[in-house]
Order: sequence, then structure tokens, then C-alpha cells
Amino acid sequence: MSTYAQKKGFGATLWDYLTTVDHKKIAILYLIAGGFFFILGGLEALFIRIQLAVPNNDFVSAGFYNEILTMHGTTMIFLAAMPLVFAFMNAVMPLQIGARDVAFPFLNSLGFWLFFFGGVFLNLSWFLGGAPDAGWTSYASLAMASETHGIDFYALGLQISGAGTLIGGINFLVTIINMRAPGMTYMRMPMFTWATFVTSALILFAFPPLTVGLFLMIFDRMFGSNFFDVANGGNTIIWEHLFWIFGHPEVYILILPAFGIFSEIFAIFSRKRLFGYSSMVFATVLIGFLGFMVWAHHMFTTGLGPIANAIFAVATMAIAVPTGIKIFNWMFTMWGGSIKFTTPMLWAVAFIPSFVAGGVTGVMLASAAADYQYHDSYFVVAHFHYVIVGGVVFALFAGAHLYWPKMFGTMLNETLGKVTFWLFLFGFHLTFFIQHFLGLMGMPRRIFTFLPGQGLATGNLISSIGAIFMAIATIVLLINVIMTQVKNEKVGNDPWGDGRTLEWAISSPPPFYNFKQLPLVRGLDAYWLEKMEGKKEMTPAEPLGDIHMPNNSFVPFVISLGLFIAAFGAMYRADTSWGLLVLILGMAVTLGAMFVRSIKDDHGFHIHKEDLMDDDNDKGAKA
Amino acid sequence: MANQQPSSGNPRVDVEYRRKKSAEEMRYQIVSFALMIFLTLVAFVAVGYDGFSDWFTVPFILLLAVIQVIFQLYYFMHMSHKGHEAPALFLYSGVVVGAVTILAFTTIIWW
Ligand code: HEM
Ligand SMILES: [Cu+2]
Repeated sequence: MSTYAQKKGFGATLWDYLTTVDHKKIAILYLIAGGFFFILGGLEALFIRIQLAVPNNDFVSAGFYNEILTMHGTTMIFLAAMPLVFAFMNAVMPLQIGARDVAFPFLNSLGFWLFFFGGVFLNLSWFLGGAPDAGWTSYASLAMASETHGIDFYALGLQISGAGTLIGGINFLVTIINMRAPGMTYMRMPMFTWATFVTSALILFAFPPLTVGLFLMIFDRMFGSNFFDVANGGNTIIWEHLFWIFGHPEVYILILPAFGIFSEIFAIFSRKRLFGYSSMVFATVLIGFLGFMVWAHHMFTTGLGPIANAIFAVATMAIAVPTGIKIFNWMFTMWGGSIKFTTPMLWAVAFIPSFVAGGVTGVMLASAAADYQYHDSYFVVAHFHYVIVGGVVFALFAGAHLYWPKMFGTMLNETLGKVTFWLFLFGFHLTFFIQHFLGLMGMPRRIFTFLPGQGLATGNLISSIGAIFMAIATIVLLINVIMTQVKNEKVGNDPWGDGRTLEWAISSPPPFYNFKQLPLVRGLDAYWLEKMEGKKEMTPAEPLGDIHMPNNSFVPFVISLGLFIAAFGAMYRADTSWGLLVLILGMAVTLGAMFVRSIKDDHGFHIHKEDLMDDDNDKGAKA
Repeated sequence: MANQQPSSGNPRVDVEYRRKKSAEEMRYQIVSFALMIFLTLVAFVAVGYDGFSDWFTVPFILLLAVIQVIFQLYYFMHMSHKGHEAPALFLYSGVVVGAVTILAFTTIIWW
């Protein structure tokens, strides 16, 4: 009989999550860890805004401000936005393509644990002598001069979590190429799956430059090399290029999944097919491609020369074209649709003007000559918060409400959801709109205070008040989550009533094998097509048979733990006697775990046909 | 899902055709293997011979290296076969990204 329906104790559940290779559980791990770091980064943001609320403030010292600012940016990009995006990609993409898991479930779990240990390592810097303080971009000219171990924490921590991200990206690529259900051609893939695909390709090409840059920095800071040491013939500009060759694609790695989530939302709640599906696909691929040709727009003032600046300025402006295509397609999707203003839809509708504002300032920044005025001012801060918060964070909130039932089987409260939305929307614009003007008035970014009588006081106070609204909105969301989980009212397959894609055709949450029989896909919006023909379920593409599943494994945790230990060794090698030993020990743990994995055959297990048929009678059985 | 060889045990496989294909494949591999050894020798000679200036030798052996990579990919890693479109796409995208990076480094950082 199916043993997996039994209730488990806390210890057993914990062990289950530590060893799981199930994409749905890994998604929950990403959601929890990413949510935790999001709150951490949010607290850091609040400290920043408190410090800047009034002139000449001494809430924090200048040095500590640098640490908070650096950790805010680094945490939000690498440890909050990325994993939260990964949470939705893991939770939804395999279901959308009708697969039973990702291509390499073991690697999926390894990717998560690497990210997690990298993030923990980075944040331990707070307790071990000081956090990194050279900004999230960690320009070498600053970073090399930083005296604490902070930058070492940055370089080693990001190296470990970056490896996890790269592994995750490759895994998604292979999954989408190889594991689509029968009938699901590339041009029948849901938009979110397409976004995941292009994003993963971007990860594949963008993370190696970061890895190279971080290694150069690790060698320079910890092992005595001179890549960035000008006095010894090095060149700090190399870091800037490597960072931005990664960094610009990175911002698209964040925004494309956001576009994907919104594309799903617009179609679902307008109850209409996504307008211009093929042009959406085309625009997504084009954005991904152009994303690699524009990195130097972050370096216009470095002195690249007029020719290089002109080329990169034009290439950057070109990206606005495919982005515009997408904006119009979303609006045409709503046009004539029968729109339902649910919480996810509210976020999606508010996203359009917010993100467009960010895009417009982006094109302004892209004119190289004008950027000499804007660069390193609060205008840039306003720009990237408009695109990242107004784009990515809105999508994460929207996605959380939209996919909560699919991930947990319960529905977040709509009223509280709308309260969160309005508070956050208001707070967001209050905080960041005024920063455009602060920037134009000459307020530089990354300063820890300003003087009275500079005309910056009112603007900064308004901005700080806005931040409070966003904080309250997040608290309301947390209350909503807790209330929903305590009530624990289970919902059916398609709780929104208008689901279009395969994930809505199976129970919420799906059984651990996802699809008893792989579904037959007969067009775009496969589930919608079946519903329109009056069917309740997908037509199966195969007879009921045994399902092959992978075994859980604790090895990914151990591999990541080893690197975590080794990182401490690398960092303290130069100033302690035990550092080298710890480095070797950590590497031994990692390599040993990899060795065990290689020599031990693990064939997984089969769920037998008879058990699957039993499940039919016993509908309550959940994974 | 399980480790299944799609063709094994399939009664409809045309063994004769398979054998011919394999023999053909083998011939290509041996020819390209011989060529690769020959190119390696040429590279050694080019470096060893004093009559060539470095301005000839360096680009020349780089060219030989590129040819070797192509042989490797197409004859030994079966890139030319059907079903390798996705790897080819990603490989070439990677080459483009790498080339742009090198181009940028050589033009706007170093010289
Ligand atoms: C129409 C599209 C866009 C254009 C034309 C554009 C252009 C630019 C330019 C020229 C800069 C450099 C400004 C300076 O430092 O002086 C910049 C900065 C930035 N952009 Fe954008 N951008 C666009 C979209 C986005 C998107 C979608 C995101 C993220 C989701 C993003 C995130 C950022 C970030 C994080 C920075 C600041 C990096 C830093 O210095 O810390 N941008 N953008
Ligand atoms: Cu950029």
C-alpha cells in the first residue's frame, strides 16, 4: 500500500527535506531560503533608509553603512531574487511541460544546497570581523584595499552559490530540451517555460565570467597574485568588465522569469490566449541575445573612448524594442478580455506602468553623453529599483499568490493579498519616484549622509516614509501566509478556475510523481483546449505503467558542506596555522562525497502500476 | 525513463544498414585521426623551424587548433548527426559570447 500518505513527525520531515530530490520540495526550499534572505535584505534596506531619513544622521557609522549597503544589494540580487525566481521555475516549469521531474534531480538538490551554504557563508561575515563593504559590484580598486575579511566572504560565498545557480540553469535547459510531454513542441510551450529556457541559457553563458572574475579576486586577495594590482602590472578594469559581462545578463536573468509569470497571469485572468505568442517568444530570445552586447553601458564613464561608448549606447537602446513588443502584447491580451482583478492580476496591471518608467530611465541612461551626469547618482538608484522592484519583486509577489495553491494546496487570502498590494504599490512609488529628482539634484549614490541646506532633506524623508509602507505590506503578506497555513483549507486542481496550462490539470499539490500518465498536448494552452471541449482531464499519451523515480540523497548536502568548510580554510590560510588544514579537510569532504556518489550505483525505484491504481480510489493520498 | 537503449531488441532495426553506416563512420574517424596527427606534426615543425617569424607561426598554429577542434566535434563527438541541433546551438552561442568578450578585452582594455 502507499506508505507515502502517512503523517510524519518533525524529524522525519526535516530529514525528508534535507535529502529530497523532488523538484516541488526543492522549490519550497528555495522559497523559504529566498524568503528569509529577502526579509534580511529588507531589514538592511530599512536601516539604510533610517540613516538617510534626516541630514547629518548618525544612526550608523560611515563604515558600517558601507557594509549594510553592500550586503543589501548582494543579498537581494544573489540570495533573494535569484532563489525566489528559481523557486517558481522549479515548482512550475516541470509541471508546465508535463514532466515527472527535472532531468537531473540529484543536481537540482546539489544546486540548492550550494546556493544555501554560499549564502550562509556570506552572511556569517557579520559575526566574523565585518561584512563586505565595496558595494554589490565590488569594484577591484575598492575591494583590494578593503582591510577586513569582508571581501573574502563576498568572493568565496558568491563562488559557492554561483556554482549552484549554474548547475540549476543547466538542469533546466536539459529538462526543457528533453522532457517535454508528447505533443509539446517548442512553439506550444507556455510563456513561463520559454522564459525559464532563455533565462537558463543566460545563466549558462553569464555565470562563467563571474566565476572567472571571482577566482581572480580570490587569488589576488588570498593567494598573492596581482591581476588587479596596478603597481605590479595588473588592471582593475578587468574586474569591471568581467563583472558586467555577467552583471547585465544577470538583470535579464531576473526579469525574464518575471515577464514569464506576468504572461501567464495576463492570459489566465483576461481569459484569453496570450496575444502575439510567437512574437513574445521572439522578443524573449532577442532580449536574451542582446543582453550580452550591452554590458559596457555600466562603464561609460570609465574612459572606454567615444567609439566604444557609442556602440554600447546604440546596442542598449535596441533592447527597448523587444521589451516594447512585450509590453504591447500584454496590453492587447487584456484588450477585449473578460478581466478578473484577482491579487496576481493587480500586481500584473501595476507592473506595466512601473516597469515602463524604469525602462524609460534606462534609455535615458543609455545615452552615453547624458550618462556622464546621471552616473553614480540617485537617478541610477531610482532606475534600477523601478525595473527590479517594479518588475521582478512585483512578479515574485504575484507569482506567490498565483502559485501558492499549486505549491501548498491552499489559497492565500485575497483580501489580505490586496491590502499587501496597495500598501506595497504606494510605498514603492513613494520611495523611489522622488529618488529620480534627488539624483538630478546631485545626490550621489552610496553616500552615508548629507548635510542640511543641500535641498536633499525633504526628498529623503519622503523616500524613507515610503519604505515603511513596503515593510508593512510584507508583514501583511507574512500574516496572510501564516493564517492560510493554519486554516489549511485544501483546494482542487484549478483553484483560479481559468488555468490554461498543464500544471492546473493535476491536483494541488501534485502527487510526487506529478503525472500518473504523461498527458497528450494538442496545442498551446493544452489544458484550456481540453476544457473548451468539455473534458475535465488531459488525454493520456501512454497507458498506465510503472513509474521510475529517483531515490532521496544526503550527498548534495555533504558536497556543499565540504565547500563551505573549505572556504573558511581558504580565507584564514594566510593568517592562521590551521587554515590550510581546514581547506584540505573541506575539499576532502566534498571530493569524498562526490567519489561515493560516483561509485555507488543508485538506480532509484519504481512505483508499481497496482499502487497507482489504488491511488485512484483513495483520492486523498498526497505526496 | 529507465536506461533503455531505444534500438536494442527492436525487431525492425535494419542490421545491414547499420553495419554499412558504422563502417562508413569508422572510415571517417580514421581519416580525420590521421589528419589530426599530421596537423599536430605540422604545428611542431612550424614552431621548431627558425625561418618563420612569430607573426606567421602564432596565427598559423591557432588556425590549426581551430581545425582540430572542428574535427574533434564533428567526427569524434558526432555533432554532424541528427539530434545534435541543441548542443550545436549552445556551442555556437558560447563561441559568440566568448568571441565578443575577447574582442572587447583586446580592443578596449589592453590596446
Ligand atoms: C530598457 C531596458 C534598460 C536599459 C536601456 C537600461 C540601461 C541602464 C544603464 C545605461 C545603466 C547604467 C547607469 C549608470 O550606472 O550610469 C543601468 C543600470 C542598472 N540597471 Fe538598467 N537598463 C534597462 C533595464 C534594466 C532591467 C530590466 C534591470 C533589472 C531587472 C536593470 C537593472 C539595472 C541595475 C541593477 C543597474 C545598476 C547597476 C549598478 O551600478 O549597481 N536595468 N541600466
Ligand atoms: Cu545593464
